[in-house]
Amino acid sequence: MTNDPRAIKDELVQLYPKRVARKRAEQIVVTERQTDGSVPEIKSNVRTSPGIITQRGCTYAGCKGVVIGPSRDILSITHGPIGCGFYSWLTRRNQTRPPLPTDDNFITYCLSTDMTEEQIVFGGEKKLKAAIKEAYELFHPKAIAVFSTCPVGLIGDDVHAVARQMKEDLGINVFGFSCEGYRGVSQSAGHHIANNALFKNVIGLDDTATPEKFKINLLGEYNIGGDGFVIEELLARCGIKLVATFSGNSNYGSLAHSHTADLNAVMCHRSINYVAEMMEKKFGIPWLKVNFIGAEGSAKSLRKIGQYFDDPELTANIERVIAEEMPGVDAVREQVKARCQGKTAMLFVGGSRAHHYQVLFNEMGMVTVAAGYEFGHRDDYEGRKVLPTVKVDADSRNIEELEVERDETRYRARKSDGEKAQLAAINDLEFMDYKGMMPEMEDDRLVIDDISHHETERLLELYKPAIFCAGIKEKYAVQKMGIPCKQLHSYDYGGPYAGFKGAINFYREVDRMVNMKVWFFVKAPWQQPAPHPEQPQAAAD
Amino acid sequence: MLLRHTSSEVVERSALTINPAKTCQPIGAMYAALGVHNCLPHSHGSQGCCAYHRSALTRHYREPVMAGTSSFTEGTSVFGGQANLLQAIETMFDVYGPEVIAVHTTCLSETIGDDMVQIIGKAMSEGKVPEGKHVIHANTPSYVGSHVTGFANMTKALVHYFAEPSAEEKKQINILPGWVEPSDMREIKCLAHRMGVKVVMFPDTSDVLDAPQTGTHQFYPKGGATVEQIRSAGASISTLGLGLSASTRAADALEEKCEVSREMLELPIGLQATDRFIEAVRTIAGVKVPDIITDERGRLLDMIADMHQYVYGKRVALFGDPDQLVSLAEFLVCLDMQPVYIVTGTPSTRFEKRIRSVLDSSVPSAKVRKGAQADTYLLHQWIKQEPVDLLIGNTYGKYIARDENIPFVRHGFPILDRVGHSYFPTVGYRGAMRLLENILGVLMDRQDREAPEESFELVM
Repeated sequence: MTNDPRAIKDELVQLYPKRVARKRAEQIVVTERQTDGSVPEIKSNVRTSPGIITQRGCTYAGCKGVVIGPSRDILSITHGPIGCGFYSWLTRRNQTRPPLPTDDNFITYCLSTDMTEEQIVFGGEKKLKAAIKEAYELFHPKAIAVFSTCPVGLIGDDVHAVARQMKEDLGINVFGFSCEGYRGVSQSAGHHIANNALFKNVIGLDDTATPEKFKINLLGEYNIGGDGFVIEELLARCGIKLVATFSGNSNYGSLAHSHTADLNAVMCHRSINYVAEMMEKKFGIPWLKVNFIGAEGSAKSLRKIGQYFDDPELTANIERVIAEEMPGVDAVREQVKARCQGKTAMLFVGGSRAHHYQVLFNEMGMVTVAAGYEFGHRDDYEGRKVLPTVKVDADSRNIEELEVERDETRYRARKSDGEKAQLAAINDLEFMDYKGMMPEMEDDRLVIDDISHHETERLLELYKPAIFCAGIKEKYAVQKMGIPCKQLHSYDYGGPYAGFKGAINFYREVDRMVNMKVWFFVKAPWQQPAPHPEQPQAAAD
Repeated sequence: MLLRHTSSEVVERSALTINPAKTCQPIGAMYAALGVHNCLPHSHGSQGCCAYHRSALTRHYREPVMAGTSSFTEGTSVFGGQANLLQAIETMFDVYGPEVIAVHTTCLSETIGDDMVQIIGKAMSEGKVPEGKHVIHANTPSYVGSHVTGFANMTKALVHYFAEPSAEEKKQINILPGWVEPSDMREIKCLAHRMGVKVVMFPDTSDVLDAPQTGTHQFYPKGGATVEQIRSAGASISTLGLGLSASTRAADALEEKCEVSREMLELPIGLQATDRFIEAVRTIAGVKVPDIITDERGRLLDMIADMHQYVYGKRVALFGDPDQLVSLAEFLVCLDMQPVYIVTGTPSTRFEKRIRSVLDSSVPSAKVRKGAQADTYLLHQWIKQEPVDLLIGNTYGKYIARDENIPFVRHGFPILDRVGHSYFPTVGYRGAMRLLENILGVLMDRQDREAPEESFELVM
């Protein structure tokens, strides 16, 4: 096998029809950091070529499934045929913990207008209205969200008009999302649409502020496998008040007064950066990029928040918490390092995780030889500094860009312009900035956007990594090849992996997976001897 | 409580479905297409459909589920999906080399009215379909029927595209297994084989969705009905269609196209349904039932007789798909259990009659609901009004089971949290034994868990 990632890149696109091959080649780059810190350009957030076998989902999935779904007391109604509601019913593991047994929790419910031919022909608004009314009478929620599926836009149902009318009739907040599956090139369009609607319909509704000194929102944390719980606990121990999380373990009330916080800490930049930007413009709340995946990542993120507030007591608290946590982390890390050091990993997932989880692998001494996002944009790969040069194509243009203006009565500059400039000058702080995945990767690694199944199989054959991280659709094909596949959407129903506690869980999990005995028994005694799965043959090193 | 907002008071709904007992057509078409050898299913719609269907099938089978998508965007929705499908066909043949691409439509492509016959014709005339390869299709609008309908439509499409009329009769019978597990399909073939009968079965997902770990990923696993086999179905003596909802369309099409007479049976789940299945194969093929099968039947009867006291009179709630429900209900009645609540989201016209015919004499007061608003929310409400001793249904039932503390047996689609269904059948006599073992397991575990210490039994 050649060790040259450039040759491997050519190999990956060889079988495609010419036009497809050209396009795919632009979505595959070999990392190379220039002295000025710049990285190669990667084509991303563009249409998938039909038939390549993509892992991408749709706009509805990004809107309902990812961003709004985790909030427990906004009652979600899917307007469409039954499938979309069914598939997004409890399948994303967004944990939630209502404080009281009497508190609203709609997470376990799937509500749908179950559209039939009659509505396709004659329109579905009447049925939608009736469904909202029935839902209200059964659940008495504070808010109802209506999600459009593909046929809704085509037959011309105006979900927003229905929502407005029902809001008036019922006296509760009702809002709609034009998140038809075809709206964008991936889930990413749905994130944007969800951000817009949250900003228009929920954020800023309740001005009640609490008196704490250090108040933040956590953006882009969906509490999969309880990650959010771990971060909540860490923040509390440091004396940081979490006003709202978008949107893991959240409730409507917390989102409605999230504008009373003094900082937005952004976990998943891809899915929530729009809210961060808009809240800064309208209310004067700055944002910071954080990453609570990995022990080092978590420590760094807590310190970033400390630097922002710049308070000796807070700083001392943060250092105390880190000092309390690190010995436990180090002990486990040393144990697993002995068995994992030097092994190779690949990550093809999401819009932030393929970056975030590299931190954990680094901590274990493992090498990420290839990575990519399913639905990331150029700024997620190359950093926000490329934003001015990103071409807006037709598929992005059809998603509304909200005109946001300063709210004259409620805008409060948390930092003066001078302070902001100072914060922005701190290189590692990522104040109102995200530097992206590629600047943190070694040279000569492969970065592949929207990887196809074919490319995945070729990569696995060529590199034979010790572990491959992806989602449920890839999992068993990868494992059939004798390579363990860790799901980084659902965590294989394990976790949490955030924070220090999560890092320990992840070290142990990866150690289990790359060293599990079953891979040694793939061949029966009467068949060929098993290829030794422990030998990484990566391009690296 | 996980389902804390569900109350016992039933208010009739006209528009809102809550916690459905069905999903949409295309996933059934994808599952059926996976039961054809060297076939790549293709979803003609938005990417999300394909992603959702692959995810749901993969979670259920814990196996690779490969399928393409036309990746519709807003432009595609305006201008039609032809260009996308043509490109998908070209790419898939180039990269993945299938023998068959089985396209199913979605609510999106159906609403805009894409003409599959025309697009496939264009693909062929433009040379995008290599010699000897096939592109077939089924119309599966998500807003009609349910996942079962989609399975039925794709199975029918296999007949439409492949089955060939023949003047010469082949000594073989066709079995349309319906939407059952790979394990069930394997068991049905095994039973026929033991009777010395040659069968053509399609779809056949055994050795596809229960593929062994070998260290290599076979993109097209060794299982699945071959095109050649399906072609020859037109020459068979007769067709045995199992599961009226899933198999009638294909059986009818085969009769119409190739004049192969057909007999429809309920799925061979439970004693009597299996009896009828074995009888049908015996009569059609003119063979004897070997002792090995009769003995198996005897062992099932023995097990029922031995353990009857633990199941007798127990009230059962069921949800799932019509074909499974009818046979399950019949089996429960045969065990002297009482299937009191039965719900399916699939809007099957004959369902009520079929289920009443197995229930009537024993459980005349059973509540049965199908179609719109026949969902697990309603089932849960009935359970809250008057409890049951056992719940049978797919994984989503676990939320009801936990809230109401009801022993729960997983059966149907999808099962997302346990293994076994793809390996161990519930059809045939052995399948019935497994089903009974599972039912006894949960009922007796509960007795063990909740019995007062003084009456905790060693021997049961």
